[in-house]
Amino acid sequence: MNISTITEQYIRDRIAKGIRDGGRGLLSFRDIAVEVGKIPNAEGSAEVNMGHTKVLAGIKLGVGEPMRDKPEEGTIMTGAELLPLAHHSYDAGPPTAESIELARVIDRGIRASNAVDLKKLFIEDGKAWNLFIDIYVLNYDGNLFDAGTLAAVIALQNTKMPRYEDKEVIRENLQKLEIQNIPTSCTFAKVADTILLDTDGSEEDFSQARLTIANDENAVRAMQKGLMGSFTVREVESLVEATFDKSKELRQIISKSRVD
Amino acid sequence: MDKPELIIDGKRLDGRMPDQLRPIKITSNPIRNAAGSAYIEWGNNKILAAIYGPREALPKHTGNLNRAVVKCRYTMAPFSSIEEHGRPGMNRRAIEISKVTKEVFENVILLDLFPGNEISIFVEVLQSDGGTRAAGITCAAVALAASGIPMRDMPYAVSAGKVGETIILDMNKIEDNYSDADMPVAINPRTKEVTLLQMDGALSRSQVTTALTMIEKAGETITKIQREALLRPYEKVSSKYEASI
Repeated sequence: MNISTITEQYIRDRIAKGIRDGGRGLLSFRDIAVEVGKIPNAEGSAEVNMGHTKVLAGIKLGVGEPMRDKPEEGTIMTGAELLPLAHHSYDAGPPTAESIELARVIDRGIRASNAVDLKKLFIEDGKAWNLFIDIYVLNYDGNLFDAGTLAAVIALQNTKMPRYEDKEVIRENLQKLEIQNIPTSCTFAKVADTILLDTDGSEEDFSQARLTIANDENAVRAMQKGLMGSFTVREVESLVEATFDKSKELRQIISKSRVD
Repeated sequence: MDKPELIIDGKRLDGRMPDQLRPIKITSNPIRNAAGSAYIEWGNNKILAAIYGPREALPKHTGNLNRAVVKCRYTMAPFSSIEEHGRPGMNRRAIEISKVTKEVFENVILLDLFPGNEISIFVEVLQSDGGTRAAGITCAAVALAASGIPMRDMPYAVSAGKVGETIILDMNKIEDNYSDADMPVAINPRTKEVTLLQMDGALSRSQVTTALTMIEKAGETITKIQREALLRPYEKVSSKYEASI
């Protein structure tokens, strides 16, 4: 028996008894702490600490071109960096499938919920604002999807919108970027055949299947299943229900972190 | 661009009903060199899938001493889209699709049988018209079955979407471009386990249920087509012998 089998047995035994670190329930989040505007040079920023997971989102806006198929809209680009300083298993180098999936799932929730009106990012013929959302993972301890989405949304909600005047970008005395909808995400994982919300790193090591559900107050906006395990159709439906319940807590955190 | 009417008098632009699949044709083993392969025409999608392995996992560090590893590469040919010329190889979308496809097959292949080995799944989209990841998975499942690699189920995949407030099955490219939601799903038909689930757009809770029900129903048809594709070559041989007897 190697170390990881011993750890796995330990985690499984505890989950079978319904025990999780910090004494939390199967479907509860860890403590969440938010720091808004950590990077004043960025147009918007927020650090989210979800348990020991630490994620920083930075927002920058630049003048660029619209997409060719959407000539009257600005663009959003979301990137995610699993920094080598955040975990021993992260290496420097080109983006991995994991970091690309993370960025694209966070992007999908924000885009599908129309959090930012892309038409308002249009400037003039051939010119539009490019909005960059960069998710920096600073310490990994599980559930990057929810921490990343939360950080991105809080950063967006406190983003100052530069102006474009006489072919120059002005970044002084700015109005806030208008946010028209607030998406959040809840990620569930099956560990030892038990469904948990917000898995930490050691629980995630033994996760069989993962389901991220992003929603707003009325609708599911994005979903992504991951890992090699599976969920039944019934489980999917009940997790959609649970998401509408648990997302209220996240929405409250977002609303409290709005700086006017 | 104005949004075109996608459903007129209850029918879709290509004449289908909301819960109707496009025509699906699958051929097994078109590629001789592969351990198993399949070709699918799903509406206007034309996709090849080929399996190589089990073979020694290389480079070595990608292997696993306890089980086989699955590698998957989904790519779209640069000429495959009706829109502009694409770049060949892997973009970020392709990397993500490769990853979720890999996970679908890790779920069903009996990986413990081949420690230290890799099983490679190549999905090449030659022509695309919406729903290529679902068609690719459905095709790769047949390729894997044809390769004889032991699986505990033969997954199928299909997407459901939403136009206005109508849930529709198996969207083509135009529908996808203007739809209000898209939800590709892969299911193991024997156990009904969901092994791929992605979604974007907006769906109410009851619409999620409607879409899943529609997908499960369509699965019966897709599974049948997959099985027929596997049987067909052997049926031909047997009928030939029958005639000569």
